[in-house]
Order: sequence, then C-alpha cells, then structure tokens
Amino acid sequence: MTPPNEAVARDDAQYRGKPTDEVLIDVKNLKMHFPVTEGVFIQSVIAHVKAVDGIDFKIMKGETLGLVGESGCGKTTTGRCILKLEDPTGGEIIYRGEDLMKFDAKDMIDIRKKIQVIFQDPFSSLNPRMKIGEIIGEPMRVHGIITDEEERNKRVVELLTTCGLKANFADRYPHEMSGGQRQRVGIARALAMNPEFIICDEAVSALDVSIQAQVVNLLEDLREQYGLTYLFISHDLSVVRHISHRVAVMYLGHIVELAGCDELFDDTLHPYTQALLEAVPIPDPDLENGRAHKIIKGEIPSPMNPPSGCVFHPRCPKAVDSCKKEFPEFREVKPGHWVACTEV
Amino acid sequence: MASLLEIDGLKTHFFTSAGIVKAVDGVSYTVDEGETVAVVGESGCGKSVTAMSILRLIPWPPGKITDGEIRFAGTNLISLSEEEMRNIRGKDISMIFQEPMTSLNPVLTIGMQLTETMLAHTTISEEDAHKRAVELLGMVGISEPDRRLAQYPHHLSGGMRQRVMIAMALSCEPKLIIADEPTTALDVTIQAQILELMKNLTRDLGVAMIVITHNLGVVARYADRVNVMYAGKIIESGTAADIYYRPHHPYTLALLKSVPRMDQQRQAKLDPVEGQPPDLTMLDEGCAFRPRCRFATEECAKSFPSLDDVADGHATACFHKDQVAATMKEAS
Repeated sequence: MTPPNEAVARDDAQYRGKPTDEVLIDVKNLKMHFPVTEGVFIQSVIAHVKAVDGIDFKIMKGETLGLVGESGCGKTTTGRCILKLEDPTGGEIIYRGEDLMKFDAKDMIDIRKKIQVIFQDPFSSLNPRMKIGEIIGEPMRVHGIITDEEERNKRVVELLTTCGLKANFADRYPHEMSGGQRQRVGIARALAMNPEFIICDEAVSALDVSIQAQVVNLLEDLREQYGLTYLFISHDLSVVRHISHRVAVMYLGHIVELAGCDELFDDTLHPYTQALLEAVPIPDPDLENGRAHKIIKGEIPSPMNPPSGCVFHPRCPKAVDSCKKEFPEFREVKPGHWVACTEV
Repeated sequence: MASLLEIDGLKTHFFTSAGIVKAVDGVSYTVDEGETVAVVGESGCGKSVTAMSILRLIPWPPGKITDGEIRFAGTNLISLSEEEMRNIRGKDISMIFQEPMTSLNPVLTIGMQLTETMLAHTTISEEDAHKRAVELLGMVGISEPDRRLAQYPHHLSGGMRQRVMIAMALSCEPKLIIADEPTTALDVTIQAQILELMKNLTRDLGVAMIVITHNLGVVARYADRVNVMYAGKIIESGTAADIYYRPHHPYTLALLKSVPRMDQQRQAKLDPVEGQPPDLTMLDEGCAFRPRCRFATEECAKSFPSLDDVADGHATACFHKDQVAATMKEAS
C-alpha cells in the first residue's frame, strides 16, 4: 500500500492559498495500542485499546490537513503520537526525512521547537498562577532562545499584538480573560518558538460561535504570514471544511477516507463520512425540514473490542458479508481521493 | 392556542462581591401548548439562568429572582411555596440537562432513578412504576430495557444516558420539558439520533418544550419559535423563518454570518462578531451589544431599545432595525 499522495482540491488556491509540493511530515502505518491491565501488585495485560490502528497520511509544507471524527476515534492520540507525547506501538513518523520513532527524549526537545500544539481547553491549558507574559515567555526561556528578560518581554508583546491582544495583557492572569482571549494566548505561546508545524487539537471547539470565527480567521492569517503547516483536529465538520486543504476522516483508529476538501464534501464516498455529513444540522429551517435525515443507528463500539473486518460494518447501511472478515484496503479511487471501503 | 407558560419581565440577579450580575434582566416570552421554543445565545447570555428561574432552582445566595412573573397554566410560580414548587418540578415541568455524565446519580441503578420521580409524584405502586419504566426505556429506544433497569449509569454510553434522562423527563407525563443544551456533549451521529427522538416524542405526546442551545443548526431543525438572547435580554424573537431569513437585529445577523455553513460554497474568510462578550457587572443603560455593533450610533448609548414588533409575531430590540433588514436583503 502506498501512502496517500499530494492531491490538492481543485479550487483551493482560490480560497486558502496553495501549499507547496514539499512533504513536511509523512506518517506511515502508525499504531498506538494502549495496554489494559488487571491486578494491583502483579499486573497482567488483559487487552489492548487500539486507539490508532495503522494510519497513513502526508502533510505538505504550508498545508492544513483536517482530521475529523467522533470521540474515541483516535484523532487526538494521532496528534500526541506525532509529538511523541505517547510512545507509538509501531509505524514511522518521517519529519523532514528523519524518523521521529527513532528519536529519544533528548532528540525530541529540538523537534518540539518546530512542532507546537494548541489545546482545546483554554481554561485548563494555561497555568492559573502564571501571568500571561510568563506563560508566553516560558518556552523561549526554557529552550534558551531569548535569554535576556527585556528582549523576551519585547517578543511577548509582539506575539500578543500578532494574536490580537493588547500589550498590557502580559501582566494579567488567565482568570481575568475570556475563553476567546485565553485561546489567543495559547496560540501566542505556540508561535513563540517560531514553529513550522502546529497541531491544533480542537483549538476552537470550546469557543462561542462569534469568537470561534475570530480565532479561525487568526489561524488562517498566521498560516499565510508565517507559512505554517497545520494538523487541524476537530469534530466540527463545518469548521474543518472551512479551514482545510485536505481532510482525513477517522473512525475507531482507522482513516476511512482522505481527499481534497471540496472533493471530500462534494463527492463523499465512504458510508461513514456520508452519515457524518447527513447528521450535521444546517442553520436553515427550510433546508432542515426538507432534508430526509438518514440517521445511522447504533453507538460507536469500544476500541478495546472493535468489530471484526471493517470496524464500521455493524452500523453501515451498505455492509455486505465480506465486510465482517477483512478490513478493506485503503485505496486511491480517484486521483488524491482515498477510501477504505470495498463497496465504493 | 392558550399559552402554557408566560414569562413576564423576569429579572434574576446575582449579588456577588464583584457587583450585581444582571444575568436575566427583563425577559418576557411565552410557550404555547405542544410548541417547541428555542432560546439561543452564547455563554453567559442568561439562557440557562432563565430556565433555572422557571423551576426556581436559582441558589440563594448569590442569585435571586428580583422581579417579574412566571405564569404556568395560570399559576404564578414565583408566589408558590417551596413545597408547592416541589410538586411541579419533575411532574408538570421536567428538565433535561446538558451533561448526561454528571446529571445521573452514579450510585443508584437506572431503575431506581427512573421510578423515583413517579413514586414521589403519583400514587403508582412500585410494581406498576417498574412496568412503566420498562415501557419508557423502550420508548426512548433502549434495547433490553429489563436488563438496563438493574444497571448503573457507568454501564451506559453518553447517548444512552441522555436517552435515560429523556425517559425520566417523560415519566410523569409533563406538560413542559426544558432541555438545556441536550445534545451539546454528544457526538454528531448520536446528536442526530437524540434530536430525532425528542422531536418525535414531543410531537406524539403533545408536550411543549423549551430548548436552550447555542447551536443554530439544532434550532433550525427543531424550533417553532426562537428567542435570541444577549447580555440578559431577549434582543429578537420570532418564528424560525423570521430569525434565519429576515433578521432585524445586528447580533442575530452577525451570529448567522459567523458560522461556516456546510451547504454553501466555502468563503475566503469568516465574518466574525468582533470584540468580546460584555462583562455583566459593567452594563449601563444603553444597548449592551453596541461596542461590537457596526450599526451603532450615539442613540444606542442613551437607552436600551424596546422589543418592538416588526411583523406579526416577530419583534426586535434595535434602533436601526430597518437598516439591518436592508443589509440582509442586499446580502441575499
């Protein structure tokens, strides 16, 4: 199986600028199985939670890859594996030609200057006892990038301004700020290291809609300005559609569909992606009342005991007998459009 | 149709050390029998506090209903004693909360929690209550209801727990259900299932419902009428079509334009509402939205515009409503 290649949606250039042809990160057959143990003194492994179970994708420099899926599908674990915040069970993470899987903790320190992360919860990801200026300045101090305090404070003010906050916010504490402002602090902290790749893990999900749009616009401006690359992890399909060049859809540890953004939403092939799109309510009453609402039944199975064969088959309206036996090959059905389903 | 619930000039204020937080500041709306009314707004706009006020669940201190009337089927709920109020909660008016993980008691079985309300409010025997519980679980689409009754909440998934919450809300055949962000904590495919279930049940049983949400898509699928709240006040109310196709308030317009839509071409940039939500302790006599409003003039600082009719059943609190409506027309 060859990993998905660089296909860019047809009119992306018009909307989001064009990513380069340079592969920044190439994830191959990534697996993260968490052991489930039993016993207090003598612990034995009784099962594995297959949070991520063999996924492949590439991200080009300057590109935003959207990663969507429901809770427990493994999207957050994927992001954490890239940063080696988890120790992946198998696979390769090729970043600029080097396999991060072979890096030890010390080597990763340098890599983490280049790869930053923005977390979902702006309330718990900022230390309540630190002033905003210290929070943003800390990574620069720790990594020894700017050792002079005055210089560092100047840079903090610069970062605050870039993220649309006033300079005097540096002296405030997180509790004095609203959710949207805190998320801007999280973004400023990520930018402090001059990263080239940012993993946005549900970065706008906790925000109110009016504030969410502000932060989405800020992320897009920053990408253009600094040539950043994003892995945009979210459960919100409409935001992912807005911000991404390409989109990967995950279900129970597998990527089931990957394509250019417009391609994926206009010509949806995988039954799970179709079900997801069908489920999103649209803010238009006439349209909503006119829609058929084909709702898929059942719950998301436990990743500890996933269904045999294609993990989606128990809920799939198109499932046939062979789906129960083997996980379908992740194949390219159209240029740049990858699907893991035999019935497409 | 008669109004089942009439909220008239409700004010719920919180007396904190930082000042008086006017969480709900003069809210009036009605809910007719069998009707679904949505209350939309962002965090801190007072939508949940309004709902809690209806059930008189505002903790004192620091919160207090300082003014207004809440008439339910002719009775003013504010004048009732705590004892009388307890007879209404869970019986005539029931509530579905956002967090299915925390709103069920983890140490009681599903069966005990389901029958508790019925045993408290009606003269039903324990045996009949059990039968009714089985029936209710079947109604909300839970398989093997008999076995489920003996299970604890941690045995169930989030979607299942929300179904149990709905079954509990329906158990005493209420006239009104208040659903506070009923699907916000759920995944989209599960959200779609729950919304469909609630829509069918309320229609079949003729129950009126107040849905509190920030999700404009959910409102579009659901509501007969919509109230949009901002900083403790209703700033626009009307039918779903009025709100979505003919908004007359700048905040409604801005809210609609700030969400990326799946059914439309992708835009180059989103159109956000600039600025931050207001600090509720710092409100003056003017319109609370004016610092973020592109239609704002000097007039807006002097007094709060009253909620006036722009068409039958459609009201807006804005001095510049005609200008806003014209902008909307131009855009479409």
